[in-house]
Amino acid sequence: MIEYAVGYAFVCLALALCCNVWRLLKGPTIGDRIVALDTMVINVIAVIVLIGIATARGTYYEAALILAMVGFISTVAYCKFLLRGDIVE
Amino acid sequence: MSVLNSLADLAISAMIVIGATFALIGSWGMVRLPTLMERLHGPTKATTLGLGGMLVGSILFFHLAEGTWALHELLISLFLFITAPISANMIAKVHLHQLRVKPENGVLDPVGPAGQPPVPSAGSNWATYEAPHAASAAATSE
Repeated sequence: MIEYAVGYAFVCLALALCCNVWRLLKGPTIGDRIVALDTMVINVIAVIVLIGIATARGTYYEAALILAMVGFISTVAYCKFLLRGDIVE
Repeated sequence: MSVLNSLADLAISAMIVIGATFALIGSWGMVRLPTLMERLHGPTKATTLGLGGMLVGSILFFHLAEGTWALHELLISLFLFITAPISANMIAKVHLHQLRVKPENGVLDPVGPAGQPPVPSAGSNWATYEAPHAASAAATSE
């Protein structure tokens, strides 16, 4: 039963990533593209967790954790750059 | 024992399915909703909840498969639940200050009605509003 659930989740996340790419390409503002990238990072973390479940190995969680940190920091850095024209003032 | 295992299977599958569905709903909301302020709801709430559901399913799965409680997933979900509101706040701030679309012709307005952020006060390096601007409709979705 878990295999079917994991397969369904992979399909759902693939569709979700397609939605995010559509919003990333369409815009219309830079804020929309930042939201799209932020959501893509969250969805990719979900994909990594699912790969960990599908292969029954726990070595993928470090990758997911690092991606969570990098995604958050890049979102904040981009927003701050847009607001202030600089990241570290 | 087999009844217990099938129950655990059912619980893990239910968590994964619920999580994936919420992640899809959040991303679909980002396509479907009309303005950026509304689009922020999808990733910040639905997608984070979906990932949380999948992480709970993963914790249960690794407890069942290896008999140990792994806390990596809790770390990931805790980090995400802390950071999602902050990044949403930053994006909304960018939207209010600079990146509005004029609704009548769709032309990018480089400076939104909230104006440029003020110069940070002495001793701080981050500027924000200290009093609400009278003319800005901060809560509207235009």
